[in-house]
Amino acid sequence: MKKHTRICIVCPAGCHLEILEDDNGEFTVSGNTCPRGKTYALNEMRDPRRVVTAVVPVNSEKTPYLPVKTDAPLPVPLIGRLLKKLYSMRLALPAKAGMVLIRDFEGTSVNVVLTRGAEEQER
Amino acid sequence: MKTENVDIAVIGAGAAGLSASSVCARAGLRTLVIDREETPGGVLLQCIHNGFGLHYFHEELTGPEYAERLLEKARAAGVEFRMESAVMKLRELGNEKELTVYSGADGVTIIHAKAVILAMGCRERSRGNLAIPGDRVAGVITAGLAQRFLNIDGFLPGSSAVIVGSGDIGLIMARRLTWCGIQVKAVVEILPYPSGLSRNIAQCLDDFHIPLRLSTTVTGIHGRDRVESIGIAPLVNGEPDLSREEIIPCDTVLFSVGLIPENELSRQCGVEINPSTNGAYVDGSLMTGVPGIFACGNVLHVHDLVDFVSEEAENCAANAVSYVKGGPPPMEKQLRASAADNLSYVVPNACRRGVTTRFYMRPKVLCRRAELLVKNGDGTVLLRKKLQYVKPAEMITADLPGETSAACPDTAELRFELRPEEEAKA
Repeated sequence: MKKHTRICIVCPAGCHLEILEDDNGEFTVSGNTCPRGKTYALNEMRDPRRVVTAVVPVNSEKTPYLPVKTDAPLPVPLIGRLLKKLYSMRLALPAKAGMVLIRDFEGTSVNVVLTRGAEEQER
Repeated sequence: MKTENVDIAVIGAGAAGLSASSVCARAGLRTLVIDREETPGGVLLQCIHNGFGLHYFHEELTGPEYAERLLEKARAAGVEFRMESAVMKLRELGNEKELTVYSGADGVTIIHAKAVILAMGCRERSRGNLAIPGDRVAGVITAGLAQRFLNIDGFLPGSSAVIVGSGDIGLIMARRLTWCGIQVKAVVEILPYPSGLSRNIAQCLDDFHIPLRLSTTVTGIHGRDRVESIGIAPLVNGEPDLSREEIIPCDTVLFSVGLIPENELSRQCGVEINPSTNGAYVDGSLMTGVPGIFACGNVLHVHDLVDFVSEEAENCAANAVSYVKGGPPPMEKQLRASAADNLSYVVPNACRRGVTTRFYMRPKVLCRRAELLVKNGDGTVLLRKKLQYVKPAEMITADLPGETSAACPDTAELRFELRPEEEAKA
């Protein structure tokens, strides 16, 4: 028997969740005040995911970086690899907000999209 | 020197200014937004994380996406922008307001406006505001500045950091720094509870095993040219216990210790400032003590959600529009509103009788369940609202229906009180 604790991030209430794991790998959740808390707790145990936001380097003096996000939560173990890939990219302008930079990252069906656009640099 | 006439001048192109200006321009008024920065959007542009817009747009957006939506609305409404321009002076001139605007491109321009909306936002409290002892070294910056460096300019502020203050900006930066390869050694908070949202503690600190040191203060920042370490000690009866002082090596210290509304222009033209919000005293239409000058967003009081800023700004703008279209309203007697038990402030500070008014307030206490009471001067309860998970990090809103205030005698003073019913679990 193993005990895990989490603070739920689904809504601002921030319930303190307690998750008991028995020897067969089954989980019992307590401390949640709604069903979403239970789902969050179980996901945290089996397949924790987070939305990732970062910036990517741009080929422009005026706009050296532009922000991006994953369009769905990404499995936590893949976050490091995604960040590494994003930091090694080099985006050309013009670029439009909403543009997909990476499609289906490592077979997760999670895409990375640009959250702000920029025009080409005026000289 | 050029002179221009507009109906409404909005100072600041952040969330408040953009939201307000759309309403003014849609009402057919010539609306000019003035801002120091190159592009409209304000601080939203550097808040690249998600979690914005759930209330206002009913979807989860990042800061730049939220700003873009507001900007599209403002452009479609016909709002005019004057960027890279600073308002140097604001004064009353008869029934109008006069703004002295300076820009590198146009020099000095005088703008006459029938009404002004103050939407300058706020700035961060810094080391100097807290009198933190130690060496004057490089590497000590505010969390918001670090956010700008990382997210817009692309500079890494250091390689290992300690964050002072557990406000949401500091927490968000803890995750951002970690994702940029900077080691965050600790977040230090002087209060016994975190100032930010629990979910941000979970996803920005717990996810990366970053220790949160509560009831702990900074004893000194040490280094020769650059930060080399920071000293911290637990607080016992309000004093640091130096026998348990700890020195943490790091090259960067970030401060996330609160925000100060930028009201220099407001003070200059005689707007009276409320010491409990550091924003203007405003009446039920969000008009300051100077007729024709309105205020909304973080320059009025510091909000925790941008969604509430947009909502407040739209309401403020609608009132500014009726002021411009109908001329100065006859002096009406409004019901004064004040914060009492367990609330640090309430905004607005008055309400027009018969007009449904949304009040914003900030609790001083943490509790699981509480009841908000609005009473008039003789103690009669006008409104009750049950609340859950009350905490100083989260603003409370309550609507006082027009029929309730209409039924009050015009001598009534509204008193807002918060009664805890169940304590919060630690």
